[in-house]
Amino acid sequence: MPGLDAAAIHARLAARFGDAVGALEGARRDNASATVAPAALVAVCRFLQTEDALAFDCLSNLSGVDYPKRNVIQVVYNLYSYRHRHPFALKVDAAREDPVVPSVAALWPHAEWQEREVFDLLGVRFEGHPDLRRILMPEDWPGHPLRKDFVEPEEYHGISTSRESLLKA
Amino acid sequence: MGLAGFEVEVQRETDGVLATEDMTLSMGPQHPSTHGVLRFVVRADGEVMKEAIPDIGYLHRSIEKIAEKVGWHGFMPYTDRVDYVAAMPCNQGWAMAAERLAGIEVPKRGEYCRVIATEFSRIHSHLLSVGSMAMDIGATTPFTHAIREREYINDLIEEVCGARLTFNYMRIGGVAWDLPPAWREKALAYIDRFEPLIDEYDRLISYNKIYVERLAGVAPITPEDAIAWNLVGPNLRGSGVRFDVRRDEPYSVYPELEFDVPVGRGELGTLGDCFDRYIVRMREMRESCRIIRQCLRQLPGGAVLAKVPRNFKPPAGDCYVRVESARGDMGWYVVSDGTSFPYRVKIRTGSFAAISMIQKLSKNLMIADLIAVIASLDLVAPEIDR
Repeated sequence: MPGLDAAAIHARLAARFGDAVGALEGARRDNASATVAPAALVAVCRFLQTEDALAFDCLSNLSGVDYPKRNVIQVVYNLYSYRHRHPFALKVDAAREDPVVPSVAALWPHAEWQEREVFDLLGVRFEGHPDLRRILMPEDWPGHPLRKDFVEPEEYHGISTSRESLLKA
Repeated sequence: MGLAGFEVEVQRETDGVLATEDMTLSMGPQHPSTHGVLRFVVRADGEVMKEAIPDIGYLHRSIEKIAEKVGWHGFMPYTDRVDYVAAMPCNQGWAMAAERLAGIEVPKRGEYCRVIATEFSRIHSHLLSVGSMAMDIGATTPFTHAIREREYINDLIEEVCGARLTFNYMRIGGVAWDLPPAWREKALAYIDRFEPLIDEYDRLISYNKIYVERLAGVAPITPEDAIAWNLVGPNLRGSGVRFDVRRDEPYSVYPELEFDVPVGRGELGTLGDCFDRYIVRMREMRESCRIIRQCLRQLPGGAVLAKVPRNFKPPAGDCYVRVESARGDMGWYVVSDGTSFPYRVKIRTGSFAAISMIQKLSKNLMIADLIAVIASLDLVAPEIDR
């Protein structure tokens, strides 16, 4: 069965979930997306995964973006259907002070690691995640480095994180 | 009198049955078969593993954060370091993401140069993969054969861009340099020489009885699992899923080129076992040769680099661009806020997905087979950690 275009995928989401799914953004295949209310995320994902015509069997990419001006951290889900060869992206806004988003690790097993990475680098808590802990940074690292206001500590366990320029005369 | 810490209670019998305990071993972070710096916590009952839990992050350099500080053009050399074994596809992914955001069209000759460079990169990455896989399993000679050919390819690429490992060859809008004079003939001659060597390599190791017995039927991955765990590239195709970004989400000039997408068939064991992942790479090298030949024959004239402003400021927006790297579907989620610095760059890599599956795959495997699994998944540690 040939894949659906973004407008058709969005229409199905809008028909099923109404206001919980925002307007279709982006006109290209690589940037078509819709913003989803955090509370509806798991239901929307399950619908995208299980509905025959949609069949998003893979969470291809999960990333977080910090927007201090809007006071949100946005979590971006790039989904792909191997069965129908069509992509779609979901975006979820979480409040910056205490970003919490429901986990989708029960739907796509690899999301367990992807969510750990977003938690590690941006500090988003994924509710319902079976094992949410840092994955790339050391366990005792202060803060979340991909936040825009992150300040690198001057040292870590006595190891300096900077050095004098070697180019100085 | 025993040494401190080595007082071992040799036997504890309960009801006449010898009680045993699991061993917990740390494998790595420095280990010759881990393909970089990564670590596994292995829980084993003798030689058989209960599980191997991957511990990553030793090579984390926060390349994504660096992108936000160095600007659009300045980030190109850093992309080489994402996957230094096959750096060309990383160059290409980054360039394509920036071009997509700014709506830049790459000149035809530039696209052909990119494809030629990327396919050479794929061959030399696969050579390292299959060579080190044989070595991990105990056959040292094939590695020297593979590395010899890799060196010739490095020579060819060096003539094009001056570097042998971290190429920094591509630019936003095309490639930095055109192919040098007479390079085309040299490259064609090399491909003619290299293709029969794949057969030689097959005779040397691919169907060697010991080698096959170490790989066939070991750690099979079903097509459904491969998709759910986000495996990509040869790991996904090894499980029989015929998906290749070059063919199924076409980009660059791949639609103008003819090539097959080899998949695993479980021919010597089970579908999706270590052997299938290995043999897919061997067959992909042939396809890459086919692609390079066509490119060199069809190579159009003209410029290789579009006019791109030095102070590059793509309009605000985001995109998710995918390229088929040597380790499969590499995704670039890039956000621009309209300034000369990328707002956010997220690099989705094949190795990160592949290593996450090891905990599941390692159940009831022999410790020695873990080495085969790591090699067959073609993990590259800097690509996991970025």
